[in-house]
Amino acid sequence: MKHIDSLTHVRGESLYLDDLPLREKTLHAAIFASPYAHGTIKFIDLDKALACTGVHAVITAQDIPGENQIGNILPDEPLLASGKVHYRGQPTALIVAETDELARAAREEIKLEIQPLPVVTDARQAAAKGLLIHAPRTFKNGNPDDYFDNFGRVFEGSTETGGQEHLYIETQGAYAFPTESGGVHVHSSTQGPTQVQRGISRVLGLPMHQVEVDVTRLGGGFGGKEDQATPIACLAALAAHITRRPVKLVLHRLDDMYMTGKRHPYSADYRIAVGRDYKIQAYEVTFYQNAGAAADLSPAVLERTLFHFTNAYYIPNCRATAYSCRTNLPPNTAFRGFGGPQGMFVIEAAIAHAARELGVTAECIQQNNIIKEGREFPYGQRALRCEARACWEDLRLRYSTRNLYDQVKKFNQKNKLKKKGLAVMPVCFGISFTKTMLNQASALVHIYTDGSVRISTGAVEMGQGVNTKMVQVVMRSLSLPAERIHIDTTNTSRIANSSPTAASAGADLNGKALEQACYRLTDRLLQLAANILKISRSDLSLRDQSVYAMKKKTDLTWDELISRAYEERLSLSAQAHYTTPQVHFSKDIEMGQPFAYHVYGAAAIEATVDCVRGTYVIDNVYVSHDYGKSMNPVIDLGQTEGGIVQGIGWMTMEEVIYDEKGILQSNALSTYKVPDIYATPGHIHVHFMDNNGHPLAIMKSKAIGEPPLMYGIGAYFAIYNAILAANPQADVPFHAPMTPERVLRGLYSNGFSLFKEKEKTTTTAGN
Amino acid sequence: MTGIAFILNHREVVSSLPPGSILLDYIRIHSRLIGTKIGCREGDCGACNILVGEPHGEGIRYRSMTSCLMPLANAHGKHIVTIEGLNRKDPTPVQRAMIEHGATQCGFCTVGFVVSLVGFCLGEKKPDEARAIASVDGNICRCTGYKSIERAAAAIAGELAELGEENRLERLVENGYLPDYFQTIPERLRALREKSAQPDVAKQAYIVGGGTDLYVQRPEEMSERRDRYIFDNPRLREVKQVDDEISVGAAATVTDLWESTEFAASFPSLDRAMKLVSSTPIRNMATIGGNLVNASPIGDMTIFFLALESRLDLLQQDEKRTIRLADFYKGYKLLDLGPGEIVESLRFRISDEKDLFNFEKVCKRTHLDIASVNTAVRMRVVDGVIRKAVFSAGGVSPVPMVLNKASALTAGRKPGHALIEEVTAAAENEISPISDARGSAEYKRLLLKQLITAHFLELFPQLCPVEANV
Ligand SMILES: Cc1cc2nc3c(=O)[nH]c(=O)nc-3n(C[C@H](O)[C@H](O)[C@H](O)COP(=O)(O)OP(=O)(O)OC[C@H]3O[C@@H](n4cnc5c(N)ncnc54)[C@H](O)[C@@H]3O)c2cc1C
Ligand code: FES
Ligand code: FES
Repeated sequence: MKHIDSLTHVRGESLYLDDLPLREKTLHAAIFASPYAHGTIKFIDLDKALACTGVHAVITAQDIPGENQIGNILPDEPLLASGKVHYRGQPTALIVAETDELARAAREEIKLEIQPLPVVTDARQAAAKGLLIHAPRTFKNGNPDDYFDNFGRVFEGSTETGGQEHLYIETQGAYAFPTESGGVHVHSSTQGPTQVQRGISRVLGLPMHQVEVDVTRLGGGFGGKEDQATPIACLAALAAHITRRPVKLVLHRLDDMYMTGKRHPYSADYRIAVGRDYKIQAYEVTFYQNAGAAADLSPAVLERTLFHFTNAYYIPNCRATAYSCRTNLPPNTAFRGFGGPQGMFVIEAAIAHAARELGVTAECIQQNNIIKEGREFPYGQRALRCEARACWEDLRLRYSTRNLYDQVKKFNQKNKLKKKGLAVMPVCFGISFTKTMLNQASALVHIYTDGSVRISTGAVEMGQGVNTKMVQVVMRSLSLPAERIHIDTTNTSRIANSSPTAASAGADLNGKALEQACYRLTDRLLQLAANILKISRSDLSLRDQSVYAMKKKTDLTWDELISRAYEERLSLSAQAHYTTPQVHFSKDIEMGQPFAYHVYGAAAIEATVDCVRGTYVIDNVYVSHDYGKSMNPVIDLGQTEGGIVQGIGWMTMEEVIYDEKGILQSNALSTYKVPDIYATPGHIHVHFMDNNGHPLAIMKSKAIGEPPLMYGIGAYFAIYNAILAANPQADVPFHAPMTPERVLRGLYSNGFSLFKEKEKTTTTAGN
Repeated sequence: MTGIAFILNHREVVSSLPPGSILLDYIRIHSRLIGTKIGCREGDCGACNILVGEPHGEGIRYRSMTSCLMPLANAHGKHIVTIEGLNRKDPTPVQRAMIEHGATQCGFCTVGFVVSLVGFCLGEKKPDEARAIASVDGNICRCTGYKSIERAAAAIAGELAELGEENRLERLVENGYLPDYFQTIPERLRALREKSAQPDVAKQAYIVGGGTDLYVQRPEEMSERRDRYIFDNPRLREVKQVDDEISVGAAATVTDLWESTEFAASFPSLDRAMKLVSSTPIRNMATIGGNLVNASPIGDMTIFFLALESRLDLLQQDEKRTIRLADFYKGYKLLDLGPGEIVESLRFRISDEKDLFNFEKVCKRTHLDIASVNTAVRMRVVDGVIRKAVFSAGGVSPVPMVLNKASALTAGRKPGHALIEEVTAAAENEISPISDARGSAEYKRLLLKQLITAHFLELFPQLCPVEANV
């Protein structure tokens, strides 16, 4: 089944926040953000802005009726700066005017004076100064120290991974209306409607029942609208509340880029001990996460880094310590993978390092350490229904990785100006919110008297196809065709207390709740059918919009059954609530069973480097992925390809650059480059592993949003290997992204020259 | 008729907004055609792509453009097509292909892709997959990873190939690619152009070409102005041969240049070079004059023409003068150009078989990106000896420059590794790159060296090193 919004998407008829018809008397808001990264506010001049044409209000922290606080995990983030500014881009005032242009023009008139304070942009520097979001955390298994002390083959080094701009093509936005009861109704482009509702309630000092949040769809989220949509919606609501007029706030791209947080950059130190059998005996890593100026979701992101620091490997002795470091950058936030990719990069770098020193391929070490059924992850959960090795073996056989290596080798022997590199990347990713509380969802189903059905869940559609999957769940549960089912916008009045659509878990959680709601209805309806048909309830089922008795169609159709139910005064609505069973985790001992299940897979990536220019192309990506029993292969393939390309972008061309003053240099699409159609790999070959799926996955179809992104890490190592093929002495620090600059500087390190061979021969001839 | 008159989808419209107003805002806000999206307002994402039709020979020619950078004035007398003007009752083959191949996820970029692909369908060249994909080289999608879009594009190219090439417009309408009203447009457009005059101009006007620099740099200011819009001046758009020179009108777009047979004849590797310049919709708007006058130290066309020792014809009131392009650049964004003076055309000597030309550009993303460093060279080689070479380089100094010293030392030399060493060493001494988002100063030094090497390797393949003992 195709994405249910496809038709309106291609016709330009799908509505996004910025497309909503304007209500009468709508005002437009623009955020004045701090131009400085750190300082004490001495003075802010708002008078000139207030005097500008069309300006209705200029709002600052002191106008906030409730609490000036939007911190979700930790209360450390004001909605509007007060007293101090902590990063460049921090919202400090809000201008409300007749039009967007007038609001932006007035913004130019605001002057902020500060007493500068030291600016820290680097995570290690922050850690050295003791600037931490919370106390460091450590995950440990076995006794790594024993091995490091008594073992020869120990390799150590450092890595850096850069940030990543979400670059949802639809920027952040919200549109708020005051209601007659003194509350607000808000349209928000958010992944977390309840989060937004809670934030607004806190900021306006209103009970949550006075705040209604509605989300139609997002033009992309990728984690960037999980927590960071909240301040935007709070600001729009605040302005609507104060002016008693509808207020629209949609960020222009440049504002969005410098005001919002991104994927966390990480710096790390590793040590790895590899045995003669290429088993990883011990591994130790210290992570420095650049959290930015406020906690945002950083503690949770950090936690997931720890959950995934051994990727898909079983390492008997390991330890990871992680510091969440407070810097003067915009608060970094969720981004597809949520700290997992950052953790995995380091172990892959450590393996690549060891392999280079030992003169083997990284694959040789990877192969010997893939986790097996029943083994424990460092946090105590066992790998059950473990598909890691199955995916790995499938990859090797299906695409004959040995042949691929041979072809690369042959190519490299023949070519001097271009070199190829191949890398294999296994992935293991845990599914569930690691914060156990969030693993709940509810759903609402109405059947109308004409037999058509309208459903609501807490899931937000952002392109990932969750609404399509929800419709599929109902199609199967109620045996109805898609056209008889309509899915509503995500709305806090229909679905209360929803978790954000994140952690790849949206379809599982909401789908399971929906299944239960449908089950309640079918149970009720079939009981009625049993009475009408005088056949035992247990023999009845719904199929093709009819009641079946023991596989035989009866005369009772769906439509008749619904009419009869209404006549009998049966409820045709059902609501259900689902919680993921068995998940738990204790931070005190850093042990537990945080995940419903794991998703596994393996990929091989082939890259070609132009050794004259330092540019590269990704030729091929080969994937064997564990989808469980995919309920929608078109959507799941789309998530896989999209995730891979986003991961490759993060590893190659996407470079978030701040200067030492905390000013974003890569501040527009002209300086921050995401993959375009020519940058996408030549081929992405995807194999859907054939397995029984997992009972905790919706319709046995495993979560797909995040895991494929991490295959992109293989692109880094493919390019790395190509550089080494050209210059075996190359000095290539494990520093991502691997931009053309890093490639060229790596290639031409340690005296490398393309013409060496030739020159030598000429000199010899001359002699 | 006063105001700016054009056909928006199927309707004739006249706007009295300032001619500098941004077309995207006219479409979304004033006409409430909300299918066209805003992703960046900088020409870099393609979410706002539209098609622009203008009379061409007997028929009409459509090109995709980014409406976020387009002054309303440049729509005057044209057919402006948004997605609303492409929809039929049932999905068109382009829309069908996008749906069937799962090429839409969040959908925010999708309209832009559909519009670009229809632009491909309307193209004059033989439809194939590579051209279909090239048509969306200015569209960014953050969700799909493009593979599904490639599959859709391939399917569209395949179907289109079966339609045949005669009477493309008619066939597209017949086969449901376009709504029926498209067939009435050529005639209506001619009628419209006859009765409507160009908007008048304020004093102290800027000269506006495609707007792809001006509207990125100062959109707010531009949108309230009434300037001198030269984009549609037919005299300034000509690309022609005059004696042993090619003359390029300042308002000719990069696309005009690429498609000109006179121009292409001198440059065997033109496709490779042009593909590296911006994107299809931007090339359809970006004028040569705009590129030269914008004076960016990394302007691609500027670097291209510097190596050709081009000259500029300038016009102020009625006074004409001609200067060397190399003398045009006085300092960072400082030009030898008087107030109100206009660049009319650029001229350069046509290459013959003894002239070799190469253009190189490296950026973070190979396509649709501004160069970290770019460089071009024209060499005259007689009997294996270089008579003269002119190297230009961008991104390595405050102005786009000719590497005079490096160029000079090639005269009378045979191409070889020793010469490459000398040329790159000389170039090193004439440049002064700075570190910025496009790369560190050290990188730009290394990169220029490599790109000069690349010139030699491209032009003299015999210099390529081969791996020993294969
Ligand atoms: C997304 C994007 C990608 C881009 N990629 C590239 C790229 O890859 N390579 C590259 O080189 N450039 C690139 N550019 C920059 C731009 O497209 C070019 O510089 C283009 O050639 C400018 O032409 P224009 O007609 O649009 O200029 P305008 O914006 O119309 O004008 C630019 C300047 O030139 C002046 N001007 C224009 N014509 C004349 C004239 N005839 N006489 C006197 N003054 C004149 C104007 O007053 C203004 O100062 C890109 C721009 C965008 C938006
Ligand atoms: S809005 Fe991005 S190109 Fe116009
Ligand atoms: S489908 Fe979301 S950006 Fe393309």
